[in-house]
Amino acid sequence: MFTYYFDLALRSLKRNKVLTALMVLAIAVGIGASMTTLTVMHVLSGDPLPGTSSRIFYAQVDNDPMPGDRHVEPPDMMDYQSAMDLWNAKRADRQALVVNPFPEKVSAPDVSRPPLMVQMLSTTSDFFPMFGVPLEYGSGWTPDDDRKRARVVVISSDLNDKLFDGGNSVGRTLVLNKHAVRIVGVLKPWRPSPPFYDVRGGRYANGDTASFYGKPEGLFLPISASLEMNDGDFQQFNCWSMPPKPGHLVNAPCNWMGLWVQLDSPAKVAAYRGFLAHYAREQKGLGRIQFTETRLRDLMQWLAFNRVVPRDVKLKMWLAFAFLAICLFNTVGLLLAKFLRRGGEIGVRRALGASRRAVFAQCLTEAGLIGFIGGFFGWLLALLGLWLVRHQQAPYSDLVHLDLSMFAVTFVLAIAVSLLAGAMPALRASQISPALQLKTL
Amino acid sequence: MHLRHILHALGRHRIAVGLLVLEIAFSCAVVCNALFLIGTRLERMQRPTGVDEMHVVEVGVRSVTPGTPEATMAQTRTDLARLRALPGVSDAVVASSTLFGDSVSFSGVSLSDDAKAPSLAVAQYFGGAQLARTLGLKLASGRWFNPDEFVSYDALQGGASGVPVIISRALAQHLFPGQDAAGRTIYAFGANRVVGVVDRLVQPRDYGAAGGYDYAMMFPVDLPYSRGTYLMRVDDPARRQAVIGQALQALKADGPLRLISPRYATTLEAARAKYYRNDRAMAWLLVGVSLLLLLVTALGIVGLSSFWVGQRRRQIGIRRAIGASRRDIRTYFQAENFLIATGGIVLGMALAYGINLVLMRHYELGHLPGYYLPIGSVVLWVLGQLAVLGPALRAAAVPPVVATRAA
Repeated sequence: MFTYYFDLALRSLKRNKVLTALMVLAIAVGIGASMTTLTVMHVLSGDPLPGTSSRIFYAQVDNDPMPGDRHVEPPDMMDYQSAMDLWNAKRADRQALVVNPFPEKVSAPDVSRPPLMVQMLSTTSDFFPMFGVPLEYGSGWTPDDDRKRARVVVISSDLNDKLFDGGNSVGRTLVLNKHAVRIVGVLKPWRPSPPFYDVRGGRYANGDTASFYGKPEGLFLPISASLEMNDGDFQQFNCWSMPPKPGHLVNAPCNWMGLWVQLDSPAKVAAYRGFLAHYAREQKGLGRIQFTETRLRDLMQWLAFNRVVPRDVKLKMWLAFAFLAICLFNTVGLLLAKFLRRGGEIGVRRALGASRRAVFAQCLTEAGLIGFIGGFFGWLLALLGLWLVRHQQAPYSDLVHLDLSMFAVTFVLAIAVSLLAGAMPALRASQISPALQLKTL
Repeated sequence: MHLRHILHALGRHRIAVGLLVLEIAFSCAVVCNALFLIGTRLERMQRPTGVDEMHVVEVGVRSVTPGTPEATMAQTRTDLARLRALPGVSDAVVASSTLFGDSVSFSGVSLSDDAKAPSLAVAQYFGGAQLARTLGLKLASGRWFNPDEFVSYDALQGGASGVPVIISRALAQHLFPGQDAAGRTIYAFGANRVVGVVDRLVQPRDYGAAGGYDYAMMFPVDLPYSRGTYLMRVDDPARRQAVIGQALQALKADGPLRLISPRYATTLEAARAKYYRNDRAMAWLLVGVSLLLLLVTALGIVGLSSFWVGQRRRQIGIRRAIGASRRDIRTYFQAENFLIATGGIVLGMALAYGINLVLMRHYELGHLPGYYLPIGSVVLWVLGQLAVLGPALRAAAVPPVVATRAA
């Protein structure tokens, strides 16, 4: 039966080519625009650590002693003392400090390449297992390296390609701001979306958050060693009074360190919350801090709090869906016109014994076929749209691809939209009474 | 023309009419808000900075091997002398941050030295003696800095007391409403006396509607090139690119190993265009989407009207046979469209306000100003009339004889 309906639908589409083309075009453009923006949204709002994100938390303590109305939320980062206290307490299953020094000049002494300016991250040994960072060669450093301020480094696959043509560079030496460091690990290509561990201060960005989706750093080195090697090159998140020497932030009245913890059970989460609150009260008792607000957000809450998805991306998505809605209204109107114009033909079929249901099914088949063809062209348009997005200079451009699930969504959406558009006209068409139409023939 | 008859006839096509009304309403609502968004983006892109942007170029120099502070400062003076000697350059200076640049620095400003006093984060510029002249700033009251007031960067950071400050008029009005700020004291780097107020000076980066964009202040600091960017005032805007080329050559010609690249050199005009690139792209996108929406709506009107005309051929023929003129038939369809469009517009206005409320919540937008509504109405009325013209003319062309044929 379906093949017969399909055949009828094809004939009907061929009969009025302009109207068919208009409907297919409307659905194709609507689907193309929606899928382009939906894919970008899908890429940017996804979970960068699927499976573990609910066990990863970002800790905040309000250590800024300045009075004022800004103490509803603790600052996004911590000072050296608080961060070190909490990290040293080892109350979580895993914990990692993160600090961004200014980029440094990096060269490999036994490679004839000009030095490169490379962005780096100073962190602690748990960073790699905690965030499931994939390694190609070697491994991360050990807690012992953290303690001993070992001059070791893990490099990104990008940097490894640039300096060592992608070979196994474990054990080789890099010179970083005049200090020699030994490579202990090389990452696989790793492109979390966003590099969540660097996300902070989103509420001050006013929705202009595309920069959160940049590439991960090229160098990862232990904080303990970095504090010596990069001394004077650290960047504060905020200070409540002038640091004695700019860039020297250990024991300065500045926030500049982030603390991530992994807590494997709800009981541990509750215990850690209690621990944070206790720490804040204790420090207030000691007179070191004045406010006792603390926060412990899980990874996805932290990303949501920082409103990481750029608001222009959201706006484009809503626009695209508004566009799709108008295309839908339009298709409903055109299908209605089309089906009712064929009142005579439908009347004959009804008189020859076709049930209302059969007429309805046949009309829907035709609408679905339009949807499928529209979806196909919409898919091509979405590919074109994504190609255009990739050629923009947004930091997330290289991330944007149509994966298999979004490919499926394209066709499901196109056919669903066209069936929705076709339902009402089909219903009207199926209600045509045979007798009345036959009379006018 | 009897509107009552048209309404009655429309009542018999409730679904099709309803669809058209909804389509018009929806595109009216979206287009009104899109126009509003375009307006806010354009307004943002054109915000004045108080700087004479057409005459300013900047060249950044990255120091590769750090020398002693004295040597760096001496190099800076040599560089500045070379830049000022270039033909067509009237001033050159080192400034800590440049407009539309990457770096912004803020300091808390308060009106008393009590640590508990409320403070306001204000963007700051440090720069040499020529800064105000290079930027073409206009003094509103007070005076410029005196030559003996300039301090070194380290002295300022180390808390040198009594460094004077020049603030923007917006900041002056915020701190000292209704009074002249010149001569008053603010607390930023210790106690700073306000010696002058400039008409307008803004933050290096425009963070949007958050406010305080035009709160800024400048301090007299002799900066080494390693802590800032060279700014030059060019007499003839047409020669800006040439001046950049000459400046790069002059800086390369002499001095220690440094990174001197056209990548760090730009006109302020180009920097502005680059900074607002996303806003411009978004505005064009909104224009494009609005036009497409209107086009799709028009196509919908054409499609349904044509269908109606086809359906009513006999009825039209009868009306023509009993004396209606072609004009009557045409105006009938046009009036019908006008009524439908009006229904759509009324519904669309309500929807436009609804969408605006959502946008206000998520995008820190203002209320949709009232004048967007008549603009939207006129656009959709005109669009409807244009779209229905073809089908209406075809209807008017139906000969009276059709009435006798089909029955």
